[in-house]
Amino acid sequence: MIPIDVSTAGGGGSVPPAALLSARRGAKSRWNVGDFVFKHLTMLFAFGVLSLVFLMGYEMYAGSALTISKFGWNFLVTSTWDPVQDEYGALPLIFGTLLSSFLALLIALPLGLGVAIFLSELAPRWLERPFSFLVELLAAIPSIVYGLWGIFVLVPWLRQTLQPWLSSHFGYLPFFKGPAYGFGMLAAGLILAVMVLPIIASISRDVLQAIPNLQREAALGLGATRWESTRIILSSAKSGILGATLLGLGRAVGETMAVTMVIGNRSEISASLFSPGYSMASVIANEFAEASSSMYTSALIEIAFVLFVMTIVLNALARLVVWSVTRRFKT
Amino acid sequence: MMTTSEKLYLFWRKAKNNAMVLFSVACVLLAVAPLILIFSYTLIQGISALNIDFFIQMPKPVGETGGGMANAIVGTGILIGLGALFGLPVGIMAGIYLAEYGDNPFAGTVRFLADVLSGIPSIVVGVVAYVIVVLPMKHFSALAGGVALAILMIPTVTRTTEEMIRLVPQSYREAGLAIGIPRWKTTLRIILPTALKGITTGILLAIARAAGETAPLLFTALGNRFWSTAIDQPIASLTVFIYDYSKAPFEDWIRQAWGAAFVLIALIFVLSVIFRIVTRSRYAEH
Repeated sequence: MIPIDVSTAGGGGSVPPAALLSARRGAKSRWNVGDFVFKHLTMLFAFGVLSLVFLMGYEMYAGSALTISKFGWNFLVTSTWDPVQDEYGALPLIFGTLLSSFLALLIALPLGLGVAIFLSELAPRWLERPFSFLVELLAAIPSIVYGLWGIFVLVPWLRQTLQPWLSSHFGYLPFFKGPAYGFGMLAAGLILAVMVLPIIASISRDVLQAIPNLQREAALGLGATRWESTRIILSSAKSGILGATLLGLGRAVGETMAVTMVIGNRSEISASLFSPGYSMASVIANEFAEASSSMYTSALIEIAFVLFVMTIVLNALARLVVWSVTRRFKT
Repeated sequence: MMTTSEKLYLFWRKAKNNAMVLFSVACVLLAVAPLILIFSYTLIQGISALNIDFFIQMPKPVGETGGGMANAIVGTGILIGLGALFGLPVGIMAGIYLAEYGDNPFAGTVRFLADVLSGIPSIVVGVVAYVIVVLPMKHFSALAGGVALAILMIPTVTRTTEEMIRLVPQSYREAGLAIGIPRWKTTLRIILPTALKGITTGILLAIARAAGETAPLLFTALGNRFWSTAIDQPIASLTVFIYDYSKAPFEDWIRQAWGAAFVLIALIFVLSVIFRIVTRSRYAEH
């Protein structure tokens, strides 16, 4: 925002210097109560937004004091999740969150990059508006609707078509062992891929478009093909694409409803993508309302706290990276 | 002119180029396919599931077919109403600050944290609302759900308000100040009314998104099969109903879940289109 400077606004011109001078003096000496109050009132609310983030962190930290003091760091590296015995280890949940998100990125990243390349390097300009509208819309479809589709369309398809095919052709790999339930890691990874793809595609496209045309023209002028010039663009956009990936990862890690509905909800670690798993977000969604003991509640709050820290770090990193790239090329 | 090996190399480069073009087109098709599938499937299932009963009837007891989600529709309305009540003032005022006085490190930090806040999973926000509201009150309530939705709305509303105010040309501001109107009055009486259309639709979009949230309501507003409009009691919502019904063994409940999903998508779709149209005319003017 350009600060408003009354003394130079308008530029003078025919205004006599004396009048200009008095106007400037007037602007300086006039201290307005309303201005002061209004500015600081809005500032207070802005401060509210800022403190909200810290308040959230503090409340969750305080809320999980029981398990933090009892289990310490072991909470993150042990794998018994047994509410009956009040034993809590979050490792299978962290594993499930990371594996399903990794799977999602594995699928969504190349696809998203392909889409971004198409839109920024190949497609005509008029495609841009409908595309950004489509992305906006997809980002707005509630997670629960993805989950509903996952249960009634994706899971049956996996069980009847994809999983039998995978196990008969690649059954010797540890990833495709075990009975085909449909529900499980694979379903979670696929539905997450669908949800994360628009984010990765649209941010990568923004990053690619931020790179000056001069680079493309230089490459093409030297006789490079479209793809060769795109490769040069891609290497300049590397860190921005990393940022897009991190943002996508942040979304995948925190995604709750769609994952809960298809992941199978069993707290165990397995190499097979066919077997049911659990994620940090879905254990909270499933068990929080029923948590009976205060230790149980505390364990779930601690998981939320870990999730909070993870997503804050991911988002902050991603924004810094994207911001530094787009800023470098802006001026 | 060209030797054979040079020709071959050129051919190879062109082939690689064409392959990559094909690859990226294939990516677009692959990316769009599931999205079209989800969209069309929900539309087909949803439209056939909707009838008048869905909107005006209460849920029937377990096992009986028919009935509707009247209480959930009202419940969702109350929840987003509460969310807007708590969230909008904070978001709008913070947005005004960022747009009008936002040229300092403090504002930069707020902007950054608002963006980070919008990336925090909604389930985590639900846990926070549980700790702040449900624990002290000792029971689930619509109020807690409203607080969760408010926290979710704040970053979007803040950033939209800021961006919409920034679209107002600087000359409007200068004109107000030049005729001696104090700055705060210029903001409230000239800048805000000019940006109002954009801000309002942005807010509606944020509200529509909040209406689609499930995770933060599961253990704040909880859900309710009966008619309730009391804000200190558990309250029904469309999304929690979809979740519960999706796990049910009854055909009819699943039908109603699709109906509710369709209603949510339709709401969000309409508001998104309106937002697009309004913001586009804004850009076009200047």
